Amino acid sequence: MAELSFENIGISAMAGAVPKQIIKNRDYTAHFDEALVKDIIDKTGVEERRFASEGQTASDLCFAAAEQLFEDNQIDKSEVDILLFVSQTPDYRMPATSVTLQHRLGLSKSTAAFDISLGCSGFVYGISVAYAYANMPGIRKVLLLDGETRSKVYHPKDRKTGFIFGDAGVAAIIEKQEVGHSFFSLNSDGSKSDLIKIDAGGYRNPSNEESIKEKVVDEHGNIRTDEHGYMNGADVFNFVLREIPKNIRQTLSLANTSMEELDFYVFHQANKFMNDYLAKKLKLDSSKVPSTIQKYGNTSSVSIPITIVDQLKGQLHSPKKLLLCGFGVGMSWATAVIPTNQINISDIVEV
Amino acid sequence: MEQKFLNLIKEALEVDSIEVKFEDLLADFDAWDSMARLSLIALLDEQFEVEVADAEFDKTETVKDLFNLVKSRVK
Repeated sequence: MAELSFENIGISAMAGAVPKQIIKNRDYTAHFDEALVKDIIDKTGVEERRFASEGQTASDLCFAAAEQLFEDNQIDKSEVDILLFVSQTPDYRMPATSVTLQHRLGLSKSTAAFDISLGCSGFVYGISVAYAYANMPGIRKVLLLDGETRSKVYHPKDRKTGFIFGDAGVAAIIEKQEVGHSFFSLNSDGSKSDLIKIDAGGYRNPSNEESIKEKVVDEHGNIRTDEHGYMNGADVFNFVLREIPKNIRQTLSLANTSMEELDFYVFHQANKFMNDYLAKKLKLDSSKVPSTIQKYGNTSSVSIPITIVDQLKGQLHSPKKLLLCGFGVGMSWATAVIPTNQINISDIVEV
Repeated sequence: MEQKFLNLIKEALEVDSIEVKFEDLLADFDAWDSMARLSLIALLDEQFEVEVADAEFDKTETVKDLFNLVKSRVK
Protein backbone atom coordinates (compact mmCIF):
# COMPACT_ATOMS: atom_id res chain seq x y z
CA MET A 1 0.00 0.00 0.00
CA ALA A 2 1.55 3.29 -1.09
CA GLU A 3 0.80 5.38 1.97
CA LEU A 4 3.62 7.82 2.68
CA SER A 5 4.25 10.36 5.38
CA PHE A 6 6.94 12.98 5.83
CA GLU A 7 7.93 15.33 8.62
CA ASN A 8 9.05 18.92 8.18
CA ILE A 9 9.09 19.03 4.37
CA GLY A 10 7.03 21.66 2.59
CA ILE A 11 6.37 23.78 -0.47
CA SER A 12 8.00 27.20 -0.05
CA ALA A 13 7.29 28.91 -3.38
CA MET A 14 5.07 28.47 -6.45
CA ALA A 15 4.67 30.20 -9.81
CA GLY A 16 2.52 29.56 -12.87
CA ALA A 17 2.49 30.39 -16.59
CA VAL A 18 -0.25 30.17 -19.22
CA PRO A 19 -0.20 30.85 -22.98
CA LYS A 20 -1.44 34.28 -24.08
CA GLN A 21 -3.89 32.77 -26.55
CA ILE A 22 -7.41 32.62 -25.07
CA ILE A 23 -9.95 30.24 -26.61
CA LYS A 24 -13.50 31.30 -25.79
CA ASN A 25 -15.74 28.25 -25.88
CA ARG A 26 -18.89 30.25 -26.70
CA ASP A 27 -17.26 31.31 -29.97
CA TYR A 28 -16.28 27.75 -30.74
CA THR A 29 -19.10 27.08 -33.16
CA ALA A 30 -17.22 26.20 -36.35
CA HIS A 31 -17.89 22.46 -36.00
CA PHE A 32 -20.91 22.37 -33.66
CA ASP A 33 -24.16 24.31 -33.47
CA GLU A 34 -24.64 27.04 -30.90
CA ALA A 35 -27.25 25.22 -28.80
CA LEU A 36 -24.97 22.21 -28.36
CA VAL A 37 -22.03 24.46 -27.49
CA LYS A 38 -24.16 26.19 -24.85
CA ASP A 39 -25.22 22.84 -23.36
CA ILE A 40 -21.63 21.66 -23.20
CA ILE A 41 -20.42 24.87 -21.53
CA ASP A 42 -23.31 24.83 -19.01
CA LYS A 43 -22.42 21.31 -18.00
CA THR A 44 -18.62 21.37 -18.10
CA GLY A 45 -18.32 24.94 -16.77
CA VAL A 46 -15.43 25.67 -19.13
CA GLU A 47 -15.85 29.19 -20.56
CA GLU A 48 -12.26 29.76 -21.61
CA ARG A 49 -9.02 27.92 -22.06
CA ARG A 50 -5.45 28.85 -22.92
CA PHE A 51 -3.90 27.28 -26.01
CA ALA A 52 -0.19 27.12 -26.63
CA SER A 53 0.93 28.46 -29.99
CA GLU A 54 2.42 26.20 -32.61
CA GLY A 55 5.86 25.24 -31.41
CA GLN A 56 5.16 26.29 -27.82
CA THR A 57 5.52 23.38 -25.44
CA ALA A 58 4.82 22.44 -21.84
CA SER A 59 8.50 22.97 -21.05
CA ASP A 60 8.29 26.56 -22.37
CA LEU A 61 5.45 27.24 -19.93
CA CYS A 62 7.37 25.63 -17.06
CA PHE A 63 10.51 27.53 -18.02
CA ALA A 64 8.64 30.86 -17.81
CA ALA A 65 7.11 29.88 -14.44
CA ALA A 66 10.51 28.78 -13.08
CA GLU A 67 12.25 31.99 -14.18
CA GLN A 68 9.56 34.02 -12.41
CA LEU A 69 9.87 31.86 -9.31
CA PHE A 70 13.67 32.23 -9.23
CA GLU A 71 13.43 36.01 -9.63
CA ASP A 72 10.67 36.61 -7.09
CA ASN A 73 12.31 34.45 -4.44
CA GLN A 74 15.97 35.30 -5.17
CA ILE A 75 16.74 31.60 -5.38
CA ASP A 76 20.37 30.58 -5.57
CA LYS A 77 20.24 28.16 -8.52
CA SER A 78 23.20 26.21 -7.19
CA GLU A 79 20.94 25.03 -4.36
CA VAL A 80 18.60 23.16 -6.72
CA ASP A 81 19.76 19.56 -6.36
CA ILE A 82 16.77 17.83 -8.01
CA LEU A 83 14.63 18.83 -11.00
CA LEU A 84 11.43 16.92 -11.68
CA PHE A 85 9.24 17.47 -14.74
CA VAL A 86 5.69 16.09 -14.67
CA SER A 87 4.01 15.92 -18.08
CA GLN A 88 2.48 13.68 -20.72
CA THR A 89 3.22 16.21 -23.45
CA PRO A 90 7.04 16.24 -23.40
CA ASP A 91 9.15 18.07 -25.99
CA TYR A 92 10.67 14.93 -27.46
CA ARG A 93 10.35 11.18 -27.16
CA MET A 94 13.96 11.45 -26.04
CA PRO A 95 15.83 12.92 -24.25
CA ALA A 96 13.80 13.57 -21.11
CA THR A 97 12.48 17.16 -21.11
CA SER A 98 13.70 17.66 -17.52
CA VAL A 99 17.30 17.29 -18.71
CA THR A 100 16.87 19.97 -21.38
CA LEU A 101 15.32 22.20 -18.71
CA GLN A 102 18.38 21.73 -16.45
CA HIS A 103 20.43 23.43 -19.13
CA ARG A 104 17.87 26.08 -20.14
CA LEU A 105 17.41 27.14 -16.53
CA GLY A 106 21.15 27.34 -15.95
CA LEU A 107 21.17 24.72 -13.22
CA SER A 108 24.28 22.86 -12.13
CA LYS A 109 25.37 19.70 -13.93
CA SER A 110 25.24 17.98 -10.56
CA THR A 111 21.42 18.40 -10.61
CA ALA A 112 19.46 15.14 -10.84
CA ALA A 113 16.76 15.53 -13.50
CA PHE A 114 14.06 13.14 -14.66
CA ASP A 115 10.50 13.12 -16.03
CA ILE A 116 7.37 11.70 -14.45
CA SER A 117 4.77 10.64 -17.02
CA LEU A 118 1.38 10.90 -15.31
CA GLY A 119 -1.75 12.90 -16.10
CA CYS A 120 -4.35 14.22 -13.71
CA SER A 121 -2.80 12.52 -10.65
CA GLY A 122 0.65 13.81 -11.64
CA PHE A 123 1.08 16.81 -9.36
CA VAL A 124 0.27 14.85 -6.20
CA TYR A 125 2.61 12.05 -7.31
CA GLY A 126 5.20 14.68 -8.25
CA ILE A 127 5.23 16.37 -4.87
CA SER A 128 5.41 12.98 -3.14
CA VAL A 129 8.63 12.30 -5.08
CA ALA A 130 9.85 15.83 -4.35
CA TYR A 131 9.12 15.38 -0.62
CA ALA A 132 10.96 12.03 -0.60
CA TYR A 133 14.09 13.58 -2.12
CA ALA A 134 13.89 16.74 -0.02
CA ASN A 135 13.74 14.51 3.05
CA MET A 136 17.22 13.16 2.36
CA PRO A 137 20.21 14.61 4.17
CA GLY A 138 22.23 17.01 2.03
CA ILE A 139 19.43 17.72 -0.46
CA ARG A 140 18.65 21.44 -0.36
CA LYS A 141 15.98 22.37 -2.91
CA VAL A 142 13.81 20.26 -5.20
CA LEU A 143 12.38 22.10 -8.22
CA LEU A 144 9.12 20.53 -9.36
CA LEU A 145 7.95 21.58 -12.82
CA ASP A 146 4.55 20.45 -14.07
CA GLY A 147 3.36 21.41 -17.55
CA GLU A 148 0.81 20.31 -20.13
CA THR A 149 -0.28 21.24 -23.63
CA ARG A 150 -3.43 19.12 -23.70
CA SER A 151 -4.77 21.38 -26.47
CA LYS A 152 -2.47 19.44 -28.81
CA VAL A 153 -3.72 16.05 -27.61
CA TYR A 154 -7.42 16.25 -28.41
CA HIS A 155 -9.19 16.77 -31.73
CA PRO A 156 -11.33 19.94 -32.09
CA LYS A 157 -14.04 17.91 -33.87
CA ASP A 158 -14.49 15.47 -30.98
CA ARG A 159 -17.14 17.01 -28.73
CA LYS A 160 -16.33 14.61 -25.90
CA THR A 161 -12.95 16.26 -25.38
CA GLY A 162 -12.81 19.29 -27.70
CA PHE A 163 -14.25 21.79 -25.21
CA ILE A 164 -12.53 20.84 -21.99
CA PHE A 165 -8.78 20.83 -22.13
CA GLY A 166 -6.25 23.66 -21.91
CA ASP A 167 -2.57 24.40 -21.38
CA ALA A 168 -0.54 25.66 -18.41
CA GLY A 169 2.72 25.18 -16.53
CA VAL A 170 3.84 25.61 -12.93
CA ALA A 171 7.02 25.59 -10.89
CA ALA A 172 7.34 24.82 -7.19
CA ILE A 173 10.19 24.64 -4.67
CA ILE A 174 10.06 21.88 -2.09
CA GLU A 175 12.49 21.89 0.83
CA LYS A 176 13.00 21.19 4.52
CA GLN A 177 11.02 23.50 6.82
CA GLU A 178 9.37 23.33 10.26
CA VAL A 179 5.91 22.53 8.99
CA GLY A 180 4.83 19.25 10.58
CA HIS A 181 3.56 16.06 9.00
CA SER A 182 2.31 15.47 5.48
CA PHE A 183 0.51 12.38 4.19
CA PHE A 184 0.08 10.81 0.75
CA SER A 185 -1.98 7.95 -0.67
CA LEU A 186 -0.95 6.92 -4.20
CA ASN A 187 -2.98 4.47 -6.31
CA SER A 188 -3.17 2.80 -9.75
CA ASP A 189 -5.59 0.66 -11.76
CA GLY A 190 -4.16 -0.33 -15.14
CA SER A 191 -7.19 -2.51 -15.93
CA LYS A 192 -8.90 0.77 -16.87
CA SER A 193 -6.11 2.07 -19.11
CA ASP A 194 -8.47 2.36 -22.08
CA LEU A 195 -10.80 4.91 -20.42
CA ILE A 196 -8.51 7.82 -21.34
CA LYS A 197 -5.96 7.02 -23.98
CA ILE A 198 -4.06 7.91 -27.13
CA ASP A 199 -3.95 4.61 -29.04
CA ALA A 200 -1.23 5.26 -31.60
CA GLY A 201 2.06 7.08 -31.97
CA GLY A 202 3.98 5.17 -29.29
CA TYR A 203 5.87 1.93 -29.78
CA ARG A 204 2.89 -0.47 -29.41
CA ASN A 205 1.10 1.11 -32.36
CA PRO A 206 3.71 3.23 -34.15
CA SER A 207 2.75 6.25 -36.19
CA ASN A 208 1.84 5.38 -39.79
CA GLU A 209 -0.34 6.60 -42.63
CA GLU A 210 -3.45 5.02 -41.11
CA SER A 211 -2.90 6.42 -37.60
CA ILE A 212 -2.90 10.03 -38.78
CA LYS A 213 -6.13 9.74 -40.83
CA GLU A 214 -9.16 11.61 -39.50
CA LYS A 215 -12.15 9.31 -39.03
CA VAL A 216 -15.66 9.38 -37.65
CA VAL A 217 -15.48 7.41 -34.41
CA ASP A 218 -19.09 7.16 -33.18
CA GLU A 219 -22.77 7.62 -34.00
CA HIS A 220 -22.60 11.30 -32.94
CA GLY A 221 -20.18 12.03 -35.79
CA ASN A 222 -17.21 12.83 -33.58
CA ILE A 223 -13.97 12.95 -35.56
CA ARG A 224 -10.36 12.29 -34.56
CA THR A 225 -7.30 10.28 -35.54
CA ASP A 226 -5.77 7.36 -33.66
CA GLU A 227 -3.05 9.75 -32.51
CA HIS A 228 -5.53 11.97 -30.69
CA GLY A 229 -6.70 11.32 -27.17
CA TYR A 230 -10.12 9.92 -26.37
CA MET A 231 -12.05 9.69 -23.17
CA ASN A 232 -14.95 7.58 -21.94
CA GLY A 233 -16.42 10.29 -19.72
CA ALA A 234 -19.20 8.11 -18.26
CA ASP A 235 -16.88 5.39 -17.01
CA VAL A 236 -14.33 7.92 -15.78
CA PHE A 237 -17.14 9.43 -13.72
CA ASN A 238 -18.17 5.98 -12.43
CA PHE A 239 -14.55 5.37 -11.47
CA VAL A 240 -14.25 8.72 -9.67
CA LEU A 241 -17.45 8.16 -7.68
CA ARG A 242 -16.30 4.70 -6.62
CA GLU A 243 -12.68 5.47 -5.75
CA ILE A 244 -12.21 9.12 -4.80
CA PRO A 245 -14.46 9.52 -1.73
CA LYS A 246 -12.98 6.25 -0.43
CA ASN A 247 -9.42 7.43 -1.03
CA ILE A 248 -10.08 10.75 0.67
CA ARG A 249 -11.44 8.95 3.75
CA GLN A 250 -8.35 6.69 3.78
CA THR A 251 -6.00 9.65 3.58
CA LEU A 252 -7.84 11.58 6.32
CA SER A 253 -7.58 8.50 8.52
CA LEU A 254 -3.86 8.16 7.72
CA ALA A 255 -3.39 11.83 8.63
CA ASN A 256 -5.61 11.41 11.70
CA THR A 257 -7.61 14.46 10.73
CA SER A 258 -11.05 15.41 9.38
CA MET A 259 -12.29 17.54 6.50
CA GLU A 260 -13.37 20.25 8.99
CA GLU A 261 -9.78 20.67 10.22
CA LEU A 262 -8.48 21.41 6.72
CA ASP A 263 -8.45 24.89 5.19
CA PHE A 264 -8.76 24.15 1.47
CA TYR A 265 -9.64 21.15 -0.70
CA VAL A 266 -7.92 21.45 -4.06
CA PHE A 267 -9.26 18.94 -6.58
CA HIS A 268 -8.15 18.12 -10.08
CA GLN A 269 -10.30 20.34 -12.30
CA ALA A 270 -11.98 17.62 -14.37
CA ASN A 271 -15.17 19.47 -15.31
CA LYS A 272 -17.72 21.47 -13.33
CA PHE A 273 -20.41 18.80 -13.32
CA MET A 274 -18.12 16.10 -11.98
CA ASN A 275 -16.40 18.34 -9.43
CA ASP A 276 -19.69 19.79 -8.17
CA TYR A 277 -21.21 16.35 -7.72
CA LEU A 278 -18.08 15.11 -5.95
CA ALA A 279 -18.20 18.11 -3.59
CA LYS A 280 -21.91 17.49 -2.93
CA LYS A 281 -21.34 13.79 -2.27
CA LEU A 282 -18.51 14.63 0.14
CA LYS A 283 -20.68 17.39 1.72
CA LEU A 284 -17.88 19.94 1.30
CA ASP A 285 -18.08 23.58 2.29
CA SER A 286 -17.88 25.17 -1.16
CA SER A 287 -15.97 28.20 0.19
CA LYS A 288 -13.06 25.82 0.80
CA VAL A 289 -13.05 24.41 -2.75
CA PRO A 290 -11.15 26.72 -5.11
CA SER A 291 -11.88 26.34 -8.83
CA THR A 292 -10.34 27.48 -12.11
CA ILE A 293 -12.37 25.26 -14.45
CA GLN A 294 -14.17 28.31 -15.86
CA LYS A 295 -11.02 30.20 -16.94
CA TYR A 296 -8.42 27.51 -17.65
CA GLY A 297 -10.47 24.35 -18.28
CA ASN A 298 -8.93 20.97 -17.49
CA THR A 299 -5.13 21.23 -17.68
CA SER A 300 -4.56 17.65 -16.49
CA SER A 301 -1.75 17.42 -13.91
CA VAL A 302 -1.38 21.21 -13.83
CA SER A 303 -4.96 21.86 -12.75
CA ILE A 304 -4.29 21.45 -9.00
CA PRO A 305 -1.19 23.68 -8.78
CA ILE A 306 -2.49 26.33 -11.22
CA THR A 307 -5.65 26.52 -9.07
CA ILE A 308 -3.47 27.07 -5.99
CA VAL A 309 -1.42 29.76 -7.76
CA ASP A 310 -4.48 31.48 -9.25
CA GLN A 311 -7.00 31.18 -6.42
CA LEU A 312 -5.04 30.87 -3.16
CA LYS A 313 -2.47 33.60 -3.75
CA GLY A 314 -2.71 35.88 -0.73
CA GLN A 315 -4.27 33.14 1.40
CA LEU A 316 -1.22 31.01 2.14
CA HIS A 317 0.88 33.53 4.10
CA SER A 318 0.10 31.86 7.41
CA PRO A 319 0.07 28.14 8.30
CA LYS A 320 -2.67 26.19 6.54
CA LYS A 321 -3.61 22.59 5.87
CA LEU A 322 -4.50 21.56 2.34
CA LEU A 323 -6.10 18.48 0.87
CA LEU A 324 -4.98 17.79 -2.69
CA CYS A 325 -6.71 15.14 -4.80
CA GLY A 326 -5.87 14.21 -8.41
CA PHE A 327 -7.49 11.47 -10.52
CA GLY A 328 -7.54 10.43 -14.15
CA VAL A 329 -5.62 8.82 -16.99
CA GLY A 330 -4.09 5.47 -16.03
CA MET A 331 -6.28 5.16 -14.14
CA SER A 332 -4.11 6.79 -11.53
CA TRP A 333 -5.22 8.68 -8.43
CA ALA A 334 -3.59 10.27 -5.43
CA THR A 335 -4.63 12.23 -2.35
CA ALA A 336 -2.43 14.27 -0.02
CA VAL A 337 -2.89 16.19 3.22
CA ILE A 338 -0.11 18.76 3.40
CA PRO A 339 0.51 21.50 5.95
CA THR A 340 2.02 24.75 4.67
CA ASN A 341 3.87 27.49 6.56
CA GLN A 342 4.03 30.19 3.95
CA ILE A 343 4.00 29.61 0.21
CA ASN A 344 5.30 32.60 -1.75
CA ILE A 345 3.09 32.66 -4.80
CA SER A 346 4.10 34.66 -7.87
CA ASP A 347 1.68 36.34 -10.27
CA ILE A 348 0.77 34.15 -13.24
CA VAL A 349 2.96 34.89 -16.28
CA GLU A 350 1.43 35.00 -19.78
CA VAL A 351 3.74 33.76 -22.52
CA MET B 1 -39.45 2.97 -6.85
CA GLU B 2 -40.99 3.08 -10.35
CA GLN B 3 -42.10 6.71 -10.07
CA LYS B 4 -38.84 7.79 -8.44
CA PHE B 5 -36.96 6.17 -11.30
CA LEU B 6 -39.09 7.82 -14.00
CA ASN B 7 -38.59 11.21 -12.36
CA LEU B 8 -34.87 10.58 -12.31
CA ILE B 9 -34.88 9.80 -16.04
CA LYS B 10 -36.84 13.00 -16.70
CA GLU B 11 -34.32 15.00 -14.75
CA ALA B 12 -31.34 13.43 -16.53
CA LEU B 13 -32.92 14.00 -19.95
CA GLU B 14 -34.11 17.47 -18.98
CA VAL B 15 -37.64 16.78 -20.32
CA ASP B 16 -39.95 18.45 -17.82
CA SER B 17 -42.89 18.79 -20.18
CA ILE B 18 -42.90 15.27 -21.62
CA GLU B 19 -44.14 12.17 -19.84
CA VAL B 20 -41.50 9.44 -19.75
CA LYS B 21 -42.92 5.91 -20.00
CA PHE B 22 -41.32 2.52 -19.41
CA GLU B 23 -41.77 1.47 -23.03
CA ASP B 24 -39.99 4.57 -24.38
CA LEU B 25 -36.76 4.00 -26.26
CA LEU B 26 -33.87 5.95 -24.71
CA ALA B 27 -32.39 6.58 -28.15
CA ASP B 28 -35.59 8.44 -29.14
CA PHE B 29 -34.82 11.26 -26.70
CA ASP B 30 -32.78 14.05 -28.30
CA ALA B 31 -30.97 14.65 -25.05
CA TRP B 32 -29.78 11.03 -24.66
CA ASP B 33 -26.08 11.69 -25.20
CA SER B 34 -22.83 11.45 -23.25
CA MET B 35 -23.77 14.45 -21.09
CA ALA B 36 -27.14 12.95 -20.16
CA ARG B 37 -25.26 9.82 -19.11
CA LEU B 38 -23.17 11.91 -16.71
CA SER B 39 -26.37 13.30 -15.18
CA LEU B 40 -27.86 9.83 -14.96
CA ILE B 41 -24.72 8.40 -13.31
CA ALA B 42 -24.82 11.15 -10.67
CA LEU B 43 -28.56 10.65 -10.03
CA LEU B 44 -28.30 6.86 -9.85
CA ASP B 45 -25.41 7.21 -7.39
CA GLU B 46 -27.26 9.78 -5.30
CA GLN B 47 -30.69 8.20 -5.19
CA PHE B 48 -30.07 4.45 -5.56
CA GLU B 49 -26.32 4.02 -4.87
CA VAL B 50 -26.13 2.05 -8.10
CA GLU B 51 -23.43 2.16 -10.78
CA VAL B 52 -24.13 1.51 -14.48
CA ALA B 53 -21.19 1.23 -16.88
CA ASP B 54 -21.09 3.01 -20.22
CA ALA B 55 -21.24 -0.29 -22.14
CA GLU B 56 -24.36 -1.26 -20.18
CA PHE B 57 -26.06 1.96 -21.19
CA ASP B 58 -25.19 1.06 -24.81
CA LYS B 59 -27.02 -2.27 -24.45
CA THR B 60 -30.07 -0.69 -22.83
CA GLU B 61 -32.90 0.02 -25.26
CA THR B 62 -35.98 0.99 -23.28
CA VAL B 63 -36.48 2.89 -20.05
CA LYS B 64 -37.80 -0.42 -18.64
CA ASP B 65 -34.50 -2.21 -19.51
CA LEU B 66 -32.57 0.39 -17.54
CA PHE B 67 -35.06 0.22 -14.68
CA ASN B 68 -34.66 -3.56 -14.44
CA LEU B 69 -30.88 -3.24 -14.43
CA VAL B 70 -30.96 -0.63 -11.67
CA LYS B 71 -33.57 -2.57 -9.65
CA SER B 72 -31.41 -5.68 -9.71
CA ARG B 73 -28.57 -3.68 -8.16
CA VAL B 74 -30.40 -1.80 -5.45
CA LYS B 75 -29.23 -3.13 -2.10
